[in-house]
This record gives sequence, C-alpha cells and structure tokens, in this order.
Amino acid sequence: MNTLDLFSLTLHEIRDMMRNGEISSKEVLDSVYGRIEAVEDKIEAYLTLTKDYAYEAAESIDKRRLKGEKLGDLAGIPMAVKDNISTKGIKTTCASKMLENYIPPFDAHVFEKLKEAGAILVGKTNLDEFAMGCSTETSAFKITKNPWDLERVPGGSSGGSAAAVAADEAYFAIGSDTGGSMRQPASLCGVIGFKPTYGAISRYGLVAFASSFDQIGTFAKDVEDCAIILNYLYGYDEKDTTSLPIEFGDFKEALNKDIKGMKIGLPKEYYDKGIDGEVKEMILDGVKVLERLGAHVEEISLPYAKYAVPVYYIISSSEASSNLARFDGVRYGYRAKEYKDLEELYVNSRSQGFGSEVKFRIMLGTYSLSSKCYDTHYNRALKVRRLIKQELEEAFVKYDILITPTYPTIASKIGEKSEDLVAMYMSDICTVTANIAGIPAMSIPCGFSKGLPVGMQIMSKAMGEADIIKAAHAFEKNTNYYKNKPTL
Amino acid sequence: MIEKKELLNIASLAKLKLSEEDEEKITKKFNLVLNYARMFDELDLENVEPLVNINNLSNVMREDEPMESYDRETLLANAPEKLYGCIKVSKIIE
Repeated sequence: MNTLDLFSLTLHEIRDMMRNGEISSKEVLDSVYGRIEAVEDKIEAYLTLTKDYAYEAAESIDKRRLKGEKLGDLAGIPMAVKDNISTKGIKTTCASKMLENYIPPFDAHVFEKLKEAGAILVGKTNLDEFAMGCSTETSAFKITKNPWDLERVPGGSSGGSAAAVAADEAYFAIGSDTGGSMRQPASLCGVIGFKPTYGAISRYGLVAFASSFDQIGTFAKDVEDCAIILNYLYGYDEKDTTSLPIEFGDFKEALNKDIKGMKIGLPKEYYDKGIDGEVKEMILDGVKVLERLGAHVEEISLPYAKYAVPVYYIISSSEASSNLARFDGVRYGYRAKEYKDLEELYVNSRSQGFGSEVKFRIMLGTYSLSSKCYDTHYNRALKVRRLIKQELEEAFVKYDILITPTYPTIASKIGEKSEDLVAMYMSDICTVTANIAGIPAMSIPCGFSKGLPVGMQIMSKAMGEADIIKAAHAFEKNTNYYKNKPTL
Repeated sequence: MIEKKELLNIASLAKLKLSEEDEEKITKKFNLVLNYARMFDELDLENVEPLVNINNLSNVMREDEPMESYDRETLLANAPEKLYGCIKVSKIIE
C-alpha cells in the first residue's frame, strides 16, 4: 500500500499494521498531516493543530515499539479532540472569544487516559460556541464544512470532530454530547457517534455546559473502532462526582455476536411528521436488515417523547446559566478593555466575550430559575424529565434497543437553518431523549439521501451499551455504508 | 410572550448587556421556547417528583487529606491582569 493513503484506513487496520512492523507511527502521522494539508482548507475542522507535540509523541511510541514493548490498541493512533476538552499546555477555546487565549494547566481525565494509551493528538476541533448549537455555525472562529458537500453544515455541536473523522483527518475524535452533539453530526457526516450512559465516562476537564446532560463520547470510522476506543474512555474517576463506580467490561466482546431474538422497539413518535420521507425510509430499511438477521421488531408508543425538547431547553439552559457564571473576566478568560468599576468589568467582559446563542441560553436559564418562574418552568421541566425517563425504563423492560432516526433530515445548507428557528429547535427532537434519561445511544450510517449521509440511532437502557454495539456491528457487517467516502 | 422590560431585567441579572440585534434574536428564541413549554400545561404533574439526580448517586466524599496542588505561577498564567502575584481588579472599596 502507498503510505500516502494510510489515512483512509480504520484505527484497527492501522493498529495491526503498526503491530506487524509494516509501518511506523511517524509514517502514519505523516499520512494524516498530509491529508490535513490537502483538505483542511476546504473543511476547516480544526481550530488548533498540534504538530510538534504530535511528532514528539509519535517518535516516543516508535522507540518503545522498537524496544519490543507491547503496546495497546491506541498506541501511535492520531486522534482529534473537541476544543471544549482540556488539554494541558494546549489552547482550549470552546470556540468562544471568551476563552480565545485560555491554556489549561491540567488535562481532562479522558485526554490523560488516551495519552497514557499512546493515542496522538493531531489537533483540537471546532464546535458551536460552548457546545451550544447543532451546526457548528455559532463558533466564534470558523465555519466547518460537511465533507460530503462543502456548502452544507457538518452538524453540531461537535461538527469539527465529526468532519475530521469523515474527511480522514484523524482516525477517531473525541466530542461531547449534551442534547445530541455527537450523534447528530455523526449522522450528517456519515460516521459513528457514541454517547455513553450518564456517568460512565468522566467529564473532569470538559468545560461544563449542562452538567446533568453533558457526556463525553467518541466518533469512529466503524463499530470495531468504536468498541476499542470506548474501552479506554470508560471507568470510574474520583474527580467527577457523577462518575459511576461500575465495571463495564470489554466492549470488543459485543462484536461479531448473533442478534437472533433481539427485541427492537420503533417508537412511532420519532417517525412522525417533521421527519423527511427518504430519511424515514432509510431507517426502516436499516431495521429490516436487523429483522432479517433474526431480531424481533415492533412499533411502540412513547407519548411523553413530544415534551422532550422543551424539557431539554429549560433544564440545560438553567444549568448553563449557573455553569457559565464563572466567566466573569476576573481570573481567566476574556477581560474587556474598558470598564469603570467591577460591575462593568463583569458586564462588559461577558457581553463582549459571549456570542448571541450563548447569551440566549444563559438568559433562558436565568429566567427559568428566577423566583417567578422556578415552579412553572424549571421545576415542571424536572417533573416531566422524570416522566420521560420512567417511560423509557418501562420500554426497556420489553425491548433491548430502540431505533429511531438520529436527525429528521440530511445536512442543511450553511446559513439556512440558523435563520429558521422552529427547524433549528425541532432538530434536537430525536436525540435529546437519551440525554434526558441518561441512557447510551449511537448514530450509525445507514444510507444516503441525495448523496448525503443518513444516520440511524440505536438506544438502550442505562448500562446497556453492549446491546447497542452488538446490533450496530451486525448491521454494519451486512451493509458496509461506512466504506463510502466523500470525494475531496 | 416576554416583555422588553423583563428581558432587559434578566440580562442585567445575568450580567449581560444586549445589542439591538441580540435583543431581537433573543426575544424570538425566548418566545419560541416559552411557547413550547406551555405544552406542560396539559400534564398532571402534581404527584410527580422532580428529577434532579439522574443516577441517584448521593454526595461523594473523600478523606480530608492535604495533597499537591498547583503553584501560584501556574494558576495565574491565565489571569488577564496580575499585580504582586495576585489577580488585579479595579478598586471595590472607596
């Protein structure tokens, strides 16, 4: 194989070649940076490239391998990390003017684990400012393009991470998911996006948006890669008080499993009006693949699903309003040049440092938590959250997994949806439920509509990730949509 | 519908000042969400407990033991203005 094309392989293929001594980590990195040089001008997935750092890391991996050291799956694998995940000594901007020059003095727990495993950071990826948005258009710095059509959005908020993997600018990428910020861009870019059970992956070092929803997850090129990466991300961490003290085992064991007898529910509310006809057809075709493999499929109803979006907006904004109070221009982050007293320092720094979408979320939260609205908005949303969670728990007594579209449509044109508020708002409808209930969910490519990728969402009960991986792998082996690549 | 006066009051509580453009955009978004939130009216929520803690974990404590932390220089590296090894702000006591 031409070493120049190494970038197009999967993580496990590259791992095997490095283990067999066919290629070095440096050669793999050369290939990925070569690819970045060739396509990044068009995609703009990255906010920061970490070339010096990456080559140093690759050299150290190669030395260790030459010494005969036995290295893990991720050793020497180039990866991308969303720019709201702290990386010691490397800028972490949240795509906000507020943190434009912020350099964290510590590593996020996941980044530390990935570094220990030998994965190599090639760069930090673009996102919607503070992960608030679903198109990566609210980034204060650049507009990331969808690798399948450069006039379209990659989705968001982890749009840079999804686009980087889809364009072969990294073998995998880490992102965060508060209301669908991994699964939705994965769907629009034709890669896998995985959000774990709430508490399964430590958020220490993730810049907080909405703490009862935020989870870190991964983008991967195929299901096997996804299982491998999750093995390194999962695990208890005392530095995140919501971390679950639970052993999840080896996710690779869920690969190549028979899905005969698996029970699949199709919640009809997710196939309702608002879902594009072709997208719906593709998901149902995907479900048929699983049915042919022996799964039992039934339509079900989740009547509370329709309340998910307002519940999500009210609670997540309330939490954001509290979390983002820390950005006051005093200790770190942006400080306004002009102010006459401390009050003005706060107001001017925040007003100039935050973009419009972030201001909206902070204010919606401030409003929902105000004494006048606490009971009618925040508290009621918490109550409906319980109803939604209970309804899903009941569904999972009967079904192993639920399948829905990840997103109602294919990727929209840049600028198109940011003006259409209702469409923007409704776009979260399929994904937010998993965050509301704290359950794991994956988006997996299931076909193309008008030449653009469509993703199928698989959800399971909390801690049921093995079922998701099992079904997804069976589906992938019988469809191979992941093998399609955008022409760049 | 949210009144302009109320919107500006919330902005001030959140320590934000809005440009005219922001004000218009944010008002529209507010009204959209508040409108959707009216859907809750159709539910009987009287006997439903609010869900605050998703995994029912209670407070996580650790032993109160001193351990290594960051040095002053590291922590001040990101401060926008510094003076005598401290973060500088404007005078707060006249």
